[in-house]
Amino acid sequence: MLLGHLKLLEAESIHILREVAAQAANPVVLYSIGKDSSVLLHLIRKAFHPARPPFPLLHIDTTWKFRDMIAFREKIVARHGLELRKYTNPEGLARNINPFDNGSIVYNQIMKTEALKQALTEGKYDIAVGGARRDEERSRAKERIFSVRAPGHVWDPKRQRPELWNLYNAGLAPGETMRVFPLSNWTELDIWTYIRAEAIDVVPLYFAAERPVVMRDGAMIMVDDDRMRLLPDEVPMQRLVRFRSLGCYPFSAAVESTARNLDDIVAEMRTTKVSERAGRLIDQDQDSSMETKKREGYF
Amino acid sequence: MPSSLLRVLTCGSVDDGKSTLIGRLLFEFGSVPDDVMAALERDSKRFGTVTDGVDYALLVDGLSAEREQGVTIDVAYRFFQTENRRFILADAPGHEQYTRNMATGASTADVAVLLVDARKGLLAQTRRHAAIAWLMGVRQIVLVVNKMDLVGFEQNIFDQIVADFDALRDRLGDIPFAAIPICARDGDNVIRPGSRMGWYGGPSLLSALEAAQPFREPAGRPFRMPVQLVNRPDASFRGYAGTIASGQIRPGDAIANASGAVEARVARIVTMDGDLAEASVGDAVTLVLDHEIDVSRGDVLAASPLPKAADEVTAWIVWMVDTPLFRGRAYSVMLGTRVVSGTITALSARLDIDTLEEVPIQELRLNEIGRVMISLTQPLVCEAYTDSHTLGGFILVDRLSGDTVGAGMVIEAKSRPRNLHWQRLDVDKTVRATLKSQKPAILWFTGLSGSGKSTIANLVERRLVAMGRHTMVLDGDNVRHGLNRDLGFTEADRVENIRRIAEVAKLFVEAGLIVLVSFISPYRAERGLARDTVEAGEFLEIYVDTPVDECRRRDPKGLYAKADAGQLRNFTGVDAPYEPPTTPELHLPTLEQPAESLAEQVVGDLQRRGIVF
Repeated sequence: MLLGHLKLLEAESIHILREVAAQAANPVVLYSIGKDSSVLLHLIRKAFHPARPPFPLLHIDTTWKFRDMIAFREKIVARHGLELRKYTNPEGLARNINPFDNGSIVYNQIMKTEALKQALTEGKYDIAVGGARRDEERSRAKERIFSVRAPGHVWDPKRQRPELWNLYNAGLAPGETMRVFPLSNWTELDIWTYIRAEAIDVVPLYFAAERPVVMRDGAMIMVDDDRMRLLPDEVPMQRLVRFRSLGCYPFSAAVESTARNLDDIVAEMRTTKVSERAGRLIDQDQDSSMETKKREGYF
Repeated sequence: MPSSLLRVLTCGSVDDGKSTLIGRLLFEFGSVPDDVMAALERDSKRFGTVTDGVDYALLVDGLSAEREQGVTIDVAYRFFQTENRRFILADAPGHEQYTRNMATGASTADVAVLLVDARKGLLAQTRRHAAIAWLMGVRQIVLVVNKMDLVGFEQNIFDQIVADFDALRDRLGDIPFAAIPICARDGDNVIRPGSRMGWYGGPSLLSALEAAQPFREPAGRPFRMPVQLVNRPDASFRGYAGTIASGQIRPGDAIANASGAVEARVARIVTMDGDLAEASVGDAVTLVLDHEIDVSRGDVLAASPLPKAADEVTAWIVWMVDTPLFRGRAYSVMLGTRVVSGTITALSARLDIDTLEEVPIQELRLNEIGRVMISLTQPLVCEAYTDSHTLGGFILVDRLSGDTVGAGMVIEAKSRPRNLHWQRLDVDKTVRATLKSQKPAILWFTGLSGSGKSTIANLVERRLVAMGRHTMVLDGDNVRHGLNRDLGFTEADRVENIRRIAEVAKLFVEAGLIVLVSFISPYRAERGLARDTVEAGEFLEIYVDTPVDECRRRDPKGLYAKADAGQLRNFTGVDAPYEPPTTPELHLPTLEQPAESLAEQVVGDLQRRGIVF
């Protein structure tokens, strides 16, 4: 039995997900495989139980995700009988856009933001549900739960709809789309305490283990496969590490940690002085980086 | 683990030290990690307004435009937690667009924190914030008097501010409040009691927030649950999913669809974690009933006494967009999980939030709060906002843009008085129309002045009459000579003009006639209003499409010449907009075909639609 504030957050998220199902014509869930997506998926199953989730999942596959993430994705989709739609930017693939030759700005723009916009346009989705939280980054603190995107999937922070009570207006003008964030009011600590309370399965990379890493610009990068380009003097070393945030492996920094289970993670979370997205190298490549990406259509 | 969640609205401007206060709360409770702190220090040097150290305002201002301009644009939601409680702060900017933003933040708040600068005392701004919080139903206020260090920690200054606020409270009803003197910069009485104000024996701000009660719907309220969706995976299961708005429910309890009143008993309360023995306000559940009753999304499941379905509500409206609200305008009304159309039938007063007095008005502008009456096209189950925030709070949605344009709080909901009930008549419009081998309809000709509306309407009517059909023409100009001669050309009058024409056309439809209306009707919203007065299929929008240059060349009444010379103002197509129909039933391009053949097309279309048979 779930207690305290998590029960209230859970009920709010379920209410939001049911509004999406009731108001959307062609909804989709942006599934990123990470811990927030895992919680989101759990809440979706709860919201519509005993029916199957009424939303297909969309994964923007850059082809550079950790191998453990892809394996986890396949396991979860099979376990819950979900419909998974995968999308990779074909132009980016053809031009071999990759983390090593192109740098994080170009790579992120083409393989993530553009890919997402292409997939949403091709799928003609009116509502895309994502697992973003307001505590992740300061521009997110001002975004609505039901967030209108102008034609071209762009976000205009000055033209946001007022959002009152638990009334969520999903109405759209021609060409507009909607992003919905049911986890808006959750924190990273809420996510982990909920995962523990509900025994939700997450990617093993969140737990500490000996993994091969190299140090680059102060960040520990895991050598996840043989596409990793090592610099002349770089030798991968085994370190006891885990990840707080998962993305494309060349851009996801590991942290040294001994947290091998959920109790350890929650305990670590209460004392850490480093923010979750500090390991996300792409968030720091531009000033107001996240806001800029969001305006362009990134989640 | 925190045992409860408290939603707090913080009101005040940056000048009152609000950002410093919030920044301190976030900072002290570990919500600001080191790398964010480093970014904050970097930004403080670049954009900061404090000469040394960290500018907490930058932690609170999330958008780059805000940091660059040093203003707060929008409501921000921030979180922190103590051992006992998780907090959600809705931080509303104090100045720009404060009513709209404050109302948004207050709609979900359990407590409002009003921040006052000790040097300035109780300002008009604080009174306004208190009034809006009160109107939105916030029933706990913490008055925080900041910058006590700058008044020498003097007790009498604090006491005076508290006395001033107490006087204001007489107008707001007996709203409970706590008053706390603080120095946010140094932390006195923010988290722990400060030593410099020995005369103050009350709690710190944090203790006050930890002791505050989360908002509850008034005790003893009966069970209510707006249905979000019907969960029907297969023939063997049918459940009604929703969030409980008030009361509690157990298997065996009798409930009904409030708009149907047929009772059923709750058989199961279904969740993925197993069936529940009881559920109460705030729970998101799926109810299975012991037998099927007619329930769909938008209905309210309720225990006795059932809430009533209203077709007219009086409400406070907080107006949230630049275009003013007029009497006669129609919007979608979203309340609970239901959406109906509503027309503003009266706009009686604006609430002056400085004096809390009601002032008569003609239109309601951005950030104003007005008392309005809304007539609904379908019955809506609702209750007074003071009884239920869920069944009494609603939003108004623009039907074209989909935007949320206003927030409403139901003051009173009523069904139309019995003595005005529709008289049921044996002879109805179908009977009357069938006599004439036709179905009643409104042919709404819209287009620029001089586009040929009246010419084509006239030709259509001549053909219909020749076929032995019964018609009536309403011409925009002619109606202004009689029924609408009291109306001018302001926007409010135009809306009323069209409302009356639509109502008259509807009466002729009741008489079984084919009504031809030729009327510029430049705004989509107004044409939509006319469409809504009759049943689906009875309204045909006919777009007489003539480019403005051609109309100007024809200029049958010499009006374009006058408008171009500046002698006529607000002339459609010259200095006032025309919004062409997006999906008219008929589109008549007059440059391509002569009026006679366009009229033939209209008659042909009426035959195809079975209006003439």
